[in-house]
Amino acid sequence: MKVLVPVKRVVDYNVKIRVKADGSGVETANVKMSMNPFDEIAVEQAVRLKEAGAAEEVVAVSIGPQQAQETIRTALAMGADRGIHIKHDGEVEPLAVAKLLKAVVEKEGPELVLTGKQAIDDDCNQTGQMLAALLGWAQGTFASKLEIADGGAKVTREVDGGLETIQLKLPAIVSVDLRLNEPRYASLPNIMKAKKKPIDAHEPADFGVDPTPRLKTVKVSEPPPRQGGIKVESVDELVEKLKTEAKVI
Amino acid sequence: MALDTETLTHLIDTVRRFVDERLIPIEPRVEEENAIPPEIVREMRDLGLFGLSIPEAHGGLGLSMAEEVEIAFALGRASPCFRSLIGTNNGIGSQGIIIDGTSEQKTEWLPRLASGEVIGSFALTEPDVGSDAAAVALSARPEGDSYVLNGTKRYITNAPIAGLFTVMARTDPSVRGAKGVSAFLVPAGTPGLTVGKPDRKMGQRGTLTADVMFDDCRVPASAVIGGVAGRGFATAMKVLDRGRLHIAAICCAAASRLLDESLAYARERKQFGQPIAEFQLIQAMLAESRTELYAGTSMVRDAARKRDAGQAVTLESSCCKLFCSEMVGRVADRAVQIHGGAGYMADYPVERFYRDVRLFRLYEGTSQIQQLIIAREMLKET
Repeated sequence: MKVLVPVKRVVDYNVKIRVKADGSGVETANVKMSMNPFDEIAVEQAVRLKEAGAAEEVVAVSIGPQQAQETIRTALAMGADRGIHIKHDGEVEPLAVAKLLKAVVEKEGPELVLTGKQAIDDDCNQTGQMLAALLGWAQGTFASKLEIADGGAKVTREVDGGLETIQLKLPAIVSVDLRLNEPRYASLPNIMKAKKKPIDAHEPADFGVDPTPRLKTVKVSEPPPRQGGIKVESVDELVEKLKTEAKVI
Repeated sequence: MALDTETLTHLIDTVRRFVDERLIPIEPRVEEENAIPPEIVREMRDLGLFGLSIPEAHGGLGLSMAEEVEIAFALGRASPCFRSLIGTNNGIGSQGIIIDGTSEQKTEWLPRLASGEVIGSFALTEPDVGSDAAAVALSARPEGDSYVLNGTKRYITNAPIAGLFTVMARTDPSVRGAKGVSAFLVPAGTPGLTVGKPDRKMGQRGTLTADVMFDDCRVPASAVIGGVAGRGFATAMKVLDRGRLHIAAICCAAASRLLDESLAYARERKQFGQPIAEFQLIQAMLAESRTELYAGTSMVRDAARKRDAGQAVTLESSCCKLFCSEMVGRVADRAVQIHGGAGYMADYPVERFYRDVRLFRLYEGTSQIQQLIIAREMLKET
């Protein structure tokens, strides 16, 4: 079985996000970038499948600027076998990503696509689902457990009410949640070996996809700063304020 | 530099992340138990930290000195005990074999040192042999095709967990001084070799040091590093030369941690209605520490580059070891001062680091010995 893992380059989760002065987006100049943490979990799961003998090959794919290759290298250092980079500067939206991934899936023929459930930059949580729709494949989202057996995938999903377990026919798309595993640290020797693993470079046009955004970002603003608390004199005053000011009761 | 920037950055980032997520949070436990938890030791092995300086052909990373010090800048931000665990395999515990060992010795030991399967330990110091390193008294009496070792080594880092000792011993009692000394590879468990109780130290808890006793300990002649007796002291000095740059880099890393702790505290702590970071006398201490740290880091990088370019850096290594170990002492002192009473309490990392960094001015050559080396090298030049 071949496993395809899309990985996205995002602002590192430890970085304090700053909005650009003109409100056009988030500051990314001179900001540390890393692999989307959910994608790291997907790579870890794919590598574990390979180590357990359930998968033969793990391919990491990233769509983004030249530096997205660093994100692919991270996946290769963790244990992916090779990478595919589709170079695109500027914004890409989930639908364009899903269309590009569809083309990669058709070319590569994986039986399983493992994606992060969402990226921590735009929190869209759409790409995996769109890809499943475009391919007409089964999907299991928000996986906290995954078992591959008898041509199928048993996926335990984290849903609002608790856990839901579903059986999917392969090929399938599985989007992974936080509790599926704890990603490893790429070992230093493997980081050095990753340099020798191949990355195929492409452009969106190679797959006949136009990645021009369909949406226009009107404004990006910081969340309002937290207001200081106040002390109330009595329970009556508290109830009154909850009704009239906080409007929560 | 052998590695491209991207790969080196990736290596450094990985170590930094490991330090922040795994090592720093566990420091209080290590201090309490005087031991690094086995799962952390395993993770350090899996990460490949034991083989930084061991050649790739023997299973290590084969980092250049300039690359190794960058990793040390990242790793040394955690308690020095983590550095010490991997320090002997990357430094004094393996370099003797790398520099002067026979190819059999390299094949037998380096891959196991690189993986961390075997911990290497370097035994030079004795009860009466410290700065006067050439006065080694531990005797290695030739007997047929073997040597019989008798004597005691002192303060030997990692001795209680070591699988292999590099032992400096006197093979020729008729020759006083350096020329009568040979370096031996002695596996732990060799009959006649015993390790004493771990020493009770001022700081650096989690790193174990102990006496190592030799009582009619017989080793084959093939255990002599390089196969030739009488060259042990030269080997030891070459080993220490490289180690000094590594230690200097670790001092810078500890200083940068101390400075970060001080900055964070100064921003948080309020007196007279404002954060103490607003006060100029606090700022002066922070600025001095930062400036000295920058100087130290720059020296280490410069010396490492020169060493990689093939230059002899005995003088520069000693300059770095001298300056950086003294510098981190001053930075630690200021860090405690900035913390005030809190800095004297075990709840804050600066209290522990203050004790930990004191060792850097003592081991692998005291500050005074570094001064002598620097002066000697200068006088040689003129």
